Amino acid sequence: MSGDSAASAPGRSGGRPGRPVGRKGSRWGRFLESGLLLQGGVQGSPVIRLFMRWVRRPLLPVMRLWRRNIQLKVVVTTLLMSLGVVLLLGFVVIGQVRNGLLDAKVKASQSQATGGFAVAKQRAEEAPSGTGDDVTTVDGRPAQNVIQWMSDLVSSLSSGGQGAFDVVTLPPSDADGTGGRGPRASGEVDWSRSVPADLRERIGSSTTAAQSYTRITYNNETKDSQPGLVIGKQVNDPNGDPYQLYYLFPLTQEEKSLSLVKGTLATAGLFVVVLLGAIAWLVVRQVVTPVRMAAGIAERLSAGRLQERMKVTGEDDIARLGEAFNKMAQNLQLKISQLEDLSRMQRRFVSDVSHELRTPLTTVRMAADVIHEAREDFDPVTARSAELLADQLDRFESLLADLLEISRFDAGAAALEAEPIDLREVVRRVVSGAEPLAERKGTRIRVLGDQQPVVAEADARRVERVLRNLVVNAVEHGEGRDVVVKLAAAGGAVAVAVRDYGVGLKPGEATRVFSRFWRADPARARTTGGTGLGLSIALEDARLHGGWLQAWGEPGGGSQFRLTLPRTADEPLRGSPIPLEPKDSRRNRGLDDAGLPCGGGDGEKRATVPAQQASGPAPQGAKHDPIPPRAATAAPTADPTALPGNGARVVPRPASGTRRQDDATAADQPTRDGEVSGPAGAADNGVARGPAGTARGPAVSGSRETGRDDGAAASGGEAERGDAHRQGEASRGR
Amino acid sequence: MMSFMKGRVLVVDDDTALAEMLGIVLRGEGFEPSFVADGDKALAAFRESKPDLVLLDLMLPGRDGIEVCRLIRAESGVPIVMLTAKSDTVDVVVGLESGADDYIVKPFKPKELVARIRARLRRSEEPAPEQLAIGDLVIDVAGHSVKRDGQSIALTPLEFDLLVALARKPWQVFTREVLLEQVWGYRHAADTRLVNVHVQRLRSKVEKDPEKPEIVVTVRGVGYKAGPS
Repeated sequence: MSGDSAASAPGRSGGRPGRPVGRKGSRWGRFLESGLLLQGGVQGSPVIRLFMRWVRRPLLPVMRLWRRNIQLKVVVTTLLMSLGVVLLLGFVVIGQVRNGLLDAKVKASQSQATGGFAVAKQRAEEAPSGTGDDVTTVDGRPAQNVIQWMSDLVSSLSSGGQGAFDVVTLPPSDADGTGGRGPRASGEVDWSRSVPADLRERIGSSTTAAQSYTRITYNNETKDSQPGLVIGKQVNDPNGDPYQLYYLFPLTQEEKSLSLVKGTLATAGLFVVVLLGAIAWLVVRQVVTPVRMAAGIAERLSAGRLQERMKVTGEDDIARLGEAFNKMAQNLQLKISQLEDLSRMQRRFVSDVSHELRTPLTTVRMAADVIHEAREDFDPVTARSAELLADQLDRFESLLADLLEISRFDAGAAALEAEPIDLREVVRRVVSGAEPLAERKGTRIRVLGDQQPVVAEADARRVERVLRNLVVNAVEHGEGRDVVVKLAAAGGAVAVAVRDYGVGLKPGEATRVFSRFWRADPARARTTGGTGLGLSIALEDARLHGGWLQAWGEPGGGSQFRLTLPRTADEPLRGSPIPLEPKDSRRNRGLDDAGLPCGGGDGEKRATVPAQQASGPAPQGAKHDPIPPRAATAAPTADPTALPGNGARVVPRPASGTRRQDDATAADQPTRDGEVSGPAGAADNGVARGPAGTARGPAVSGSRETGRDDGAAASGGEAERGDAHRQGEASRGR
Repeated sequence: MMSFMKGRVLVVDDDTALAEMLGIVLRGEGFEPSFVADGDKALAAFRESKPDLVLLDLMLPGRDGIEVCRLIRAESGVPIVMLTAKSDTVDVVVGLESGADDYIVKPFKPKELVARIRARLRRSEEPAPEQLAIGDLVIDVAGHSVKRDGQSIALTPLEFDLLVALARKPWQVFTREVLLEQVWGYRHAADTRLVNVHVQRLRSKVEKDPEKPEIVVTVRGVGYKAGPS
């Protein structure tokens, strides 16, 4: 049946597969062109990437639409699939129809041809044998007879089916066409093109009939060629010489029928595909419209418009979705309003308690003061009592104030009133406020990094409260040694670090200092007597700003508290301009726990701390100067001095989202300043980040041991960077 | 000195114990206190006693302190110091916006209270003939008047002081802290909201368009300064 496909094959193979090939070809052509352009170049990949981008750019909106629009997806998929189905169906149907049509025709043709062959044979036998004798005698005449006979035969055979078929006689393919037995054809058939050569071969090599499909062409220009079936057989002429007799049946009628069927099918298929697409579009629209509505309402709900509801019509699944959605929204609204009520009640309660307690307390306070003023006139016992009364009233007052402040934070009633402030002003006020205490303690408070304005959007009252707390704490625990307040700004952050050289913090304490009512040493005499809530409030204040408050300390080596604030209120923090572990920490100076130099003798054992203090400008210059240039290089993205460790040590913002950014920062840190992040540092990060971020619980980072591992590297190299976090440093997210 | 301290103080407070204690302290400092415990009677008492200063509790039976403050302010520029148990932003700001010059949070120390009262009373004791100009305003310091195109603008003494402080040094940018010290008499840091609220009140009176101030100009990140004359 190889001939079967002859008619349709060109159309089929030339169609669909051809198109993609062609397109691919052109794309590859362009690709090659660009490749050729590159051949002289050094590297191909950027150009290819550029090229890919160029190719992809116009497609991007389409791709986005595709990704985002389920309706488009469904409709396109439906169209493609129904197109496939219709095509498949069409081919099957057309195949069937063609087979049916051709089978009948072929059978009829075969019987017609068989009859014709029989007639030809019979004619040859009936022909006078004399003619045969003549052949042997002279060349000319008998040949004439055969020629005549042959012509008669062709015309008589073809006369039976005028228009239905044509007859062609050909000499055997191995014989030459001379000797009068040349080819003959009825109906102006161009035999040489109409009879396929391979059919002639086949007939020549056997005595049975053979058939083939072909295209019948005519010598007459006005007659179009047409598809046809050719059946041929080698028969003998009256002289017993073989010749080939062909019957050519035009298949025009069949082809017409077939193309009619094809046209009908194609039209029907097109309609089906288009209609299916339209149906899919409509159906999907029915489903998608409520879904989109739900999505829009969900967005508005999450934006805080809790009264939004879906419209519910009917009882179908979509309606159930709407009902469930509305129920959810209802419950959410209820819960939220309950929580709001609760919060409001809490706030109200705090406010009321505050008022109710404060009014009598004011009276007591004033009375106590009046008594206190007059204590000289009393006997010693009463006078002392008056003193105690006044002192403890002070304490009671500050405790009450702190408690109320904390409860305000807990109730979420604390509001940030951020405006651009210069932290130098705040520090100046705080330091001057702490001077009297410092004088009593014999401590000198030095301020570094206040040459440039350090401006940030912050609540001056809160920042001042935080810094006052830190400075007073530092003076209190500084054991008379200097307290250094350092300011810095870089990237999107500003920081104030308060460093003391007092007793410091034991490992793990750096996290606990922020706990409520926590005291470093319960047995320790309290001189100024804080409430135990100061650092908790400070932490809440920092968090309210979206900032960090972190502590670092080493036993006997003092401690450093660092407040980092974002420069603008809604900017997430990525790092701090000041390293948490100060440059003059014992580990950064290469000393071990006992204050002994790691490698050398113990000559500078005690001298180190005073030496640090004496060389005042040195740490300042070293610490402060590197910041601006580095900030300039990486200012837009993140603070260059941000360390993996520092970044991980987040005081979580009230709003979510900081976490992720932090991780990102921490993750790309090694590439940015790869020189420092040693394995110990990396390990430390892991330890520190988990708890701080996830559980909002105290995160204790590295032990003393892990800290020391990379200590040498850090102190040898850039100390600014190496300080990730050693022992005792912490982040706190309560 | 004694005359400088002297002053009639109206104490509006419903807590009798506190009122009595306030009386003891104020008398001890040479003031003449008078008392009223009810918000509804406060205005009548104010008219009757014509005090130099009002100490006003925010939480009162009858009319609350805010309302009383507004009423007094409507007919007088007398200094009003609020006594409040709430240091929360909203309460304080509402109090200041209703016309109070200053506030003091309970519990306070007697000295603190007296210092505030004196700071409020002090300003009336400096009559120096002086003419100042700020923007298109003309300020007569001694005559306590502010005029624009001959039209006088009514300001409370505090607002007047604020304007004068700015106008005296038009080249200087005043931080809120400096203003607190110069105008309110705070030697240590205090609530800068006092400045913000009063600058707003002042602007609403002297600016042609309070949204686009030309007399009292904000210097972002620093404070305020006088607009160009």
